[in-house]
Amino acid sequence: MLATALVSGLSLGSIYGLIALGFTLTFAVSGTVNFAQGSSVMLGAVICHTLAVGLRWPMLVAVPIALAVCAVWGLIVERIAVRPFVARGSNAWLMATVALGIVLDNIVMVLYGKEPRALPSPLADDPWVIGNVGIFPLQIVVPVVGLTLALLVHLGLHRTGLGLKLRAAVENPDAARLMSIDVNLLIAVTYAAAALLAGIGGILIAPLYNVAYDMGTLFGIKAFAVAILGGLTNPWGVVIAGLVYGLVEACATTWLGSSSTQIVTFSVVIAALVLAPSGLFSRRSRVRV
Amino acid sequence: MSANLTRRQALVLPAGIAVGSLIGRPVFAAEPVKIGLVAALSGASAKSGEGISRGLAVAIDEINAKGGVLGGRMLELVRRDDESNPAKGQTAARELIDKEGCVILFGGIDSPVSLAIVPLVNSAKVPFMGVWAAATNITRNGANPNFVFRVSAVDVLVDRALIKYATTKFGAKKPGLMLVNNGWGESNFAGLTAAAEAAGVKLAGAEKFDDKDADMTPQLQRLREAGADTIILVGNAAPGAQVIKSLQKSAWTVPVVSHWGISGGRFPELAGSWAGKVHFIQTYSFFGPQNEVGKRVLAALMAKYPDIKGPGDVTPPVGVANAYDAMQLTALAIAKAGSTEGPKMREGFLAIENYQGLIKNYAKPFTDHNHDALNENDYVMVRYNGDQIEPVTG
Repeated sequence: MLATALVSGLSLGSIYGLIALGFTLTFAVSGTVNFAQGSSVMLGAVICHTLAVGLRWPMLVAVPIALAVCAVWGLIVERIAVRPFVARGSNAWLMATVALGIVLDNIVMVLYGKEPRALPSPLADDPWVIGNVGIFPLQIVVPVVGLTLALLVHLGLHRTGLGLKLRAAVENPDAARLMSIDVNLLIAVTYAAAALLAGIGGILIAPLYNVAYDMGTLFGIKAFAVAILGGLTNPWGVVIAGLVYGLVEACATTWLGSSSTQIVTFSVVIAALVLAPSGLFSRRSRVRV
Repeated sequence: MSANLTRRQALVLPAGIAVGSLIGRPVFAAEPVKIGLVAALSGASAKSGEGISRGLAVAIDEINAKGGVLGGRMLELVRRDDESNPAKGQTAARELIDKEGCVILFGGIDSPVSLAIVPLVNSAKVPFMGVWAAATNITRNGANPNFVFRVSAVDVLVDRALIKYATTKFGAKKPGLMLVNNGWGESNFAGLTAAAEAAGVKLAGAEKFDDKDADMTPQLQRLREAGADTIILVGNAAPGAQVIKSLQKSAWTVPVVSHWGISGGRFPELAGSWAGKVHFIQTYSFFGPQNEVGKRVLAALMAKYPDIKGPGDVTPPVGVANAYDAMQLTALAIAKAGSTEGPKMREGFLAIENYQGLIKNYAKPFTDHNHDALNENDYVMVRYNGDQIEPVTG
């Protein structure tokens, strides 16, 4: 049972971590998050399904287009639901991002329909079996992609000129502006990147799950719990927290039964936050003078 | 065109309305009898609502072609989408009774929705006809008088049939239960536990899953470790498909016997290549030799719906067949009652003696103590072959 719980937990947990990376990105740069992140998950999966299954386009074409749409959606969220409120010093972006996500979910419901659909993948049809434990190849791909993207986010923030500008914008937005760094553009880029990460998560999970207009809601909520648990500011911490969350969820179901899953999982999240209010892996910001 | 009325128009208009209303009197006398349907017309179980609608439409066409009911009143179907949501179903039921004036409500696939509507119809004294949802306490609800009738399976009887099938077909000695985490799952937990006990079969365990669960392998692994040799599945199409995908993921080739909820949506598409492994229950199959009613209904379906080219395209057959027979029985009840008043229609249902239907020849289908027209002798086991539902042979 342990092996099954590990496979199931790590696979789902890496998806949560991948989606939660988006929260980390935007929070690190702007101190805001996109609560419509779950809708970005759904958007990636729905666009990919529409192009690849509905229009029979090759996956190599469908996936980049779906991700591009997600990135544009991220830009829209930032421009409509975040920037105007932040500029006025208001926290209403919290509600605005939630509301915009609901608007998108409902638009997709009308255009795409309410029936769940399948996105077939050769990576989720023939499992590899070791002893009593089976695993789809896609379940291996998901954590690999999650960890790779966390590495890229880390390198992007610490080893590139863009990352330097982003960190400068975080440290001191006014000074960054004086240095001709377009802080608004940087924040918009991080929102696009966050939505893109969620879109990748949606496309990866779709063959293991179903594609539906409301598929992102639960993933978005769990990913936010993971982001908080991981510490919001640390991409590695968020990915590890995702794996921990997935494992706790799978172990709770395996040993205590499915009725206990949510009780145990969210109790663990609360207990962890009581012990470490800033998250398990949060980094204290260093202010250089 | 000017929005202002001229003096002539101002005089002519009320006169026209008055004349029109007088001319309309005979039409009022033949006012249609509205039949309400509260079912899932969208979402994961949308196919169930479509099947029920088709069965009702074909029966209504037949009844209207013969002159309708009560001396020439045509039947008119009024549909509302409950979105598989009990609160929305209750609101829709209220609207159909109070605003639309429906004389009877038909229900859909979701037991929780029907269970939410039951107290409402009993209080309003409007008959309710279940044609899919199988929770035992929909009809056995304790109300007196009870206005709820059903032409569909009953969980307590289905559960006996599922246990019997698992033991005879697959030689199951220790079935494991995978149940949806709602009232319907609970109803079947009680029924399957009792049925297993009565059959002298020990259950390996019972696991629950939610509609939105992404991975059911932990629950299945618990059953596997407990020695389950067959899985008995109770759930609708989308979560049912997730159970099958999780089985496939685990490469666990255990036989699966299922309640019929999986036939209410895109199960073959969602479950993928393992969909055909599931044997599930229906009340009717359009395959094989048909009685006269079966031939007539299949011909009518093929004529009315271009996507139906043969028996395999009538999906889900249970929704079509149950709804067809239930509508014909309703017309008989109205005829017996001589009225569309709820209490008289209720008596009308109880007074029906015989009806040669699609599913069977109904003899005294409803009595004071039994509001379920079908029983365990009326079930057939089927499986998916591609998108088509075919009887299990061999």
